[in-house]
Amino acid sequence: MRRFSKVLSLALVVIMMFALTACGGDGSIKVGVVNNPPSESGYREANVKDMEAVFSKENGYELKTAYSLKNDEQLQAAQGFITEGVDYLLISAAETTGWDEVLKKAKDAGIKVYLFDRMIDVDESLYEAAVVSDMAKEGETAVNWLLSQNLDEYNVIHIQGAMGSDAQIGRTGALDAQFASGKMNKVVQQTATWDEAEAKKIVESVINSGEDFNVIYAENDGMAKGAVAALDEAGITHGVDGEVIVMGFDCNKWALRELKAGAWNYDGQCSPFQAKIISDLIKSGNAPSSKKIINEEKGFDAKTLTDADIDTYGLGE
Amino acid sequence: MKDGSKKFLKNGLGQLTIPLIAVALLVIFNLIRDPSFFSISITHNNVGNAVLSGNLISIINGASELAILAIGMTLVTAATKGQDISVGAAAAIAGSVFVKVLKSGSEISVGMVLLAFLCACLVAMIFGAFNGTLVAVFNIQPMIATLILYTCGRSIAYWINGGATPTVNSPILNAIGSFAPGIPVPTPVIIVIAVTILFKLLFHFTSLEILTQSVGINQSAARLNGINTTFIKLLSFILLGVCVSVAGCIGVSRLGLINHETLLLDVEMDAILAVAIGGNSLGGGKFKISGSIIGAYVIQMLTITLYAMKVSSTDVKAYKAIVIVLLVVIGSPVVKERFRKIFKKGKSGTKGVEAA
Repeated sequence: MRRFSKVLSLALVVIMMFALTACGGDGSIKVGVVNNPPSESGYREANVKDMEAVFSKENGYELKTAYSLKNDEQLQAAQGFITEGVDYLLISAAETTGWDEVLKKAKDAGIKVYLFDRMIDVDESLYEAAVVSDMAKEGETAVNWLLSQNLDEYNVIHIQGAMGSDAQIGRTGALDAQFASGKMNKVVQQTATWDEAEAKKIVESVINSGEDFNVIYAENDGMAKGAVAALDEAGITHGVDGEVIVMGFDCNKWALRELKAGAWNYDGQCSPFQAKIISDLIKSGNAPSSKKIINEEKGFDAKTLTDADIDTYGLGE
Repeated sequence: MKDGSKKFLKNGLGQLTIPLIAVALLVIFNLIRDPSFFSISITHNNVGNAVLSGNLISIINGASELAILAIGMTLVTAATKGQDISVGAAAAIAGSVFVKVLKSGSEISVGMVLLAFLCACLVAMIFGAFNGTLVAVFNIQPMIATLILYTCGRSIAYWINGGATPTVNSPILNAIGSFAPGIPVPTPVIIVIAVTILFKLLFHFTSLEILTQSVGINQSAARLNGINTTFIKLLSFILLGVCVSVAGCIGVSRLGLINHETLLLDVEMDAILAVAIGGNSLGGGKFKISGSIIGAYVIQMLTITLYAMKVSSTDVKAYKAIVIVLLVVIGSPVVKERFRKIFKKGKSGTKGVEAA
């Protein structure tokens, strides 16, 4: 593995040398993006595509990218961008620590730094602004939607993601508050660690126990699909006009299509689209009003979802 | 028949004692906890078929992939004295190939599904052969050899389809992963039975079982007797590859979606456990496939029991670990030997009384 990373960093150096010679002075804004690789998740795939689309040549940018899941490789890449002399450095860090020195160097070189998606543990003065998602708000948006359905009773099966992950904590918090206040009843709360098949087993076990439930709150689309498979096998109707309300997260295109078909009710999204906000800030030339900019979170209702929404906001294919 | 009963009295259930005791304990525990736990009812699913449902069905259905993998894992364990820890990753690859082929055509027909399965099978067998070559030809320890595929397998699975969670929807896939029209038993359960029968036939009509055991018990002796030990080891990995592809394709068909990161996640550990609970020695040699299959059902029964008890998310793994430690310790040679001594003493004691 170490040899592999050596080869990788060597390859990176070679690529950068090429990039260096290819640098032209055509007046475009040079942007270096340090991100996690698109293979990480559907979220990241959409995130990377969005960055490439917004910071395009047509929009007056010269984009350089480096993708890695490892902090040290990301640090090397950022260092490389600084040496190359980019105008802006955009970072979604693999880890929150270890960035002090690199960001100081960037500041000394007059490079403006924007953080996106993930915060870094450094002094605020070292970056212009951080465009991040408020995971807790995402859960709140979903729970508020659920409350607005005005059901007589809320008996919720809550299928959680991998315990301790940002997405799980954010999506669980708001629902836990409802359980605590007694407004909603917790039929079961279990983690399926993002595993679709496990989600199906959890719902199956509730059905077998004969307990009543009318809401499935799954913390991602895959687990919602697993839950629905269990409902289908047991002959329980779901979705719009069904016995059970189905809620998912992530807004994959296929999941939104399920919504459109009325098989699910709600899909929430932790927005992967930060590029536009950053681009607007860069073009405006003004300093951002706040160091922390919260990205707007979307939530879609099956009744109001349009085909255009699926094209614009859906992840994947 | 008389012979059989004598043998039974002498050895008990032999290798199957531990897994069967485990099953019995779990059944009794569940019956005390909730007498209706094992009740089975008939419902109509959303497609309109009459199907069986209940915890028992959930258990035997949910354990299907694990049971199939445990069969292959038993062979590899017996022949190579080691385990393949890459089965989960390999299943993700096989599943991805399955989806890739299905998506390449315009419509999903039965022929298309068969073709996709054959492609997945071929790819899984190739990866099995890769593992097998490292183990059999280069004499690398199985766990180290398969660590390679374990590490990179899910990335390879990602490259095959590109997207994070590609979906395929078809009534045919639904019939494979859930219920076929007119049959009230889940199709994966039928597939497990079919695979088991195929392996039993393979053992019946070839000498594979004996050859595998002799390679596992004493490799040099086997070689001196003219057995091609390299081939037997390689074959065990290729057969595991077949099991992996079946398990991967069932996993994909269940939900009509492949998530390369979570498909059969951590199943390798459960498969190895199933082999161990089944009373097979992880050090190779003699083996019983039926033991491993029961082992798989024990693990699944444990999981479903914990779900039914609503053990909180964070505690499930800890409880599972406690039960498994108990099972493995009870099944260990040291404890077995002690039990046998106590049993013998008791028996000779009663004999003495009879004689008097």
